[in-house]
Amino acid sequence: MNVAAIPMPYGLMLATVLFALGLVGVLVRRNVVFVLMSIEVMLNAAGLAFVTAGSRWSQADGQVMFLMILATAGAEVSVGLALVLQLYRHFRTLDVDSASNMRG
Amino acid sequence: MLHFVWLVPTLPLAGFFMLALVGSRLPRAATAVIGAGTVGLSALISMLIGAAFMTNPPPDYFYSQDLWMWINASGFTAAIGLYLDALALLMMVVVTFVAFLIHLYSTEFMIDDDGYSRFFAYMNLFVASMLMLVLGGNLLLLYLGWEGVGLCSYLLIGFWYSDPANGAAAQKAFIVTRIGDTAMAIGLFLLVTKLGTLDIQTLMRRAAEAWQVGSALPIAAAALLLAGALGKSAQLPLQTWLPDAMAGPTPVSALIHAATMVTAGVYLIARMHGLFLLAPPVLTAVAVIGAATLLVAGVSALMQRDIKRVLAYSTISQIGYMFLALGVGAWTAAMFHFMTHALFKSLLFLGAGAIIMSLHHEHDIFKMGGLRRKLPVTFWTFLVASASLAGFPLVTAGFYSKDLILWNAWSSSRGSPWLWAAGLAGAFLTGIYIFRLVFTVFYGEEHGHMEKSPGLRIHIPLVVLAVLAVVAGFVEAPEFLGGKPWFSGFMETALPSPVKSPVVSGSETLFEFAAGVVALAAIGLAYILFLRARLMVQRLGLSTTGRLAARYFFVGWGFDWLYDRVLIRPFIRLCGFAKDDFIDRVYGGIAFAIRLFHHALSSTETGRVRWYAAGIVFGAVVLVAIAVFL
Repeated sequence: MNVAAIPMPYGLMLATVLFALGLVGVLVRRNVVFVLMSIEVMLNAAGLAFVTAGSRWSQADGQVMFLMILATAGAEVSVGLALVLQLYRHFRTLDVDSASNMRG
Repeated sequence: MLHFVWLVPTLPLAGFFMLALVGSRLPRAATAVIGAGTVGLSALISMLIGAAFMTNPPPDYFYSQDLWMWINASGFTAAIGLYLDALALLMMVVVTFVAFLIHLYSTEFMIDDDGYSRFFAYMNLFVASMLMLVLGGNLLLLYLGWEGVGLCSYLLIGFWYSDPANGAAAQKAFIVTRIGDTAMAIGLFLLVTKLGTLDIQTLMRRAAEAWQVGSALPIAAAALLLAGALGKSAQLPLQTWLPDAMAGPTPVSALIHAATMVTAGVYLIARMHGLFLLAPPVLTAVAVIGAATLLVAGVSALMQRDIKRVLAYSTISQIGYMFLALGVGAWTAAMFHFMTHALFKSLLFLGAGAIIMSLHHEHDIFKMGGLRRKLPVTFWTFLVASASLAGFPLVTAGFYSKDLILWNAWSSSRGSPWLWAAGLAGAFLTGIYIFRLVFTVFYGEEHGHMEKSPGLRIHIPLVVLAVLAVVAGFVEAPEFLGGKPWFSGFMETALPSPVKSPVVSGSETLFEFAAGVVALAAIGLAYILFLRARLMVQRLGLSTTGRLAARYFFVGWGFDWLYDRVLIRPFIRLCGFAKDDFIDRVYGGIAFAIRLFHHALSSTETGRVRWYAAGIVFGAVVLVAIAVFL
């Protein structure tokens, strides 16, 4: 198995970088579609970390967890996109900051 | 028959529980049957017991029944036990009988009220508590009933609670009587620590053995019990609550604030006569307070405009007579006046209720007038009760009972001419104020319009009570009519007979003649002043001194004003002064800190999603850092 040839720190580092990118995207992007995409990136970063760890100890658990994350991400996206549509209909904008009705 | 005595308080109590639990779901007819029926059954059983007691008296003229042990702790025992002697029997029969008639009256009087079942539940609880008070064989059980009637009085004065004035009147009644009740509780503690029992008969026996006549302990104990009696019976100086208690429905005024509860103080003193006889100064105080109260309240009654307030002051005044009788040692005379007063005063209140209902809740006597043709039954029964209250000679019950008190005030070894003179002056006032009411309400020009006429269930109690307000006096017909003192003969199986002064001048007949003349003179004067020479009274009322005097007596000699200035305002000022003490600052500091955190946290609730996300990230980083580094 030459998959094991990639050392685990590299995989984890890549996952960390992806997660950080996604997090920054969530925090700085104001367009709600990009926020959703950034969340996808963060989920996949977590999935990569599972897969890397699973391959390091030659266990299937990591890949099982990744399948679950895929399913969760699919569900999240369907709800998220529906919310985006409603948001757009209601406020005529995709800017999450201007979609706040709260005072104070 | 006597062993059924436990049923007498239990039946109204059962009625209370039924009405309290399911009363709101029952139709009005069922509520009326439960409410009046339980009390009616109880009255029937009391009368059968009374008949059995008199035809076949138990040994030593008392019957006691211990139902179960209530408290048994380190030498102190108190049983749920009933004690029936002539005194308790009289109270029981009068209470249940009058209560039944008033319940019957209420089934019609309260028919349009939303709180129909609530009313009967409270009334049944009242009757049960009152019977517990009367039948209780030990002072603790008596005190339970005593507080129970106080609670019911509070609940029923504030029955129409949506008007804050009624709630205030209820609280006033509760707090003022509570002053007396607290003193009474201290008296009970004193008795139980010194004599080791609260069983009334044992207590009086031990007190007579252990204490000298006139020593400090019996005086203290009797004075504390007297304070309780003064509060409950609305005597000076705790009388201010009763006129305001008229805020309750009229049947409540008739039952609680005229016939039964307010005479509980009289009962207490008569029941504890053994203790009071050991404390002659306290007995003198009872007589003097009674005499003062009957005059003060009589003058106030003369100035009232509200028909129920006239009757309330009249009640205070008549209970003053009972206290006067107790104070001079004429125990049976006090109980005789209690019985006749319960009959004619509840009749007066029920008549007043019928008038008030017919005139659409009009209380002002000067807006009534000429009612004798419109309300004939009410007029005649009211007239009979008024004559009885005024002591109309020879035919009315009130004449015989009041006369017995006056005679004893003169002839008893504890009596004095001053007490007798006060009583006679009070009798004169009584005649004037009650016939002022009769002439103003039933004679003269007609004012106002009739709303509706009272029906049968109102008329039956009126007529029955009117008959009794006349014939009840003949149980103690005086000697010159060839009667036998049958009533005092029976009562003296439970109460000591009055000690005659060795130097009595005059005979009872002479005094009866004087009292009769005074009563007739008062009625005649009322006729002249309030029917013939109306203008003269009005002119007198418009003069400066007349107006000031009328105002002063109208507010009940300014006792409310005095208590407000001397007690209530200083207390409120003290409360305001003590409000900011250091303990309060601790609690204030806690509240301040909570408010600060609340503002800090609520300012983060902005609705900006990205700030929330940043908050989550920050929190996660802190948690991970704690997990890794600690």
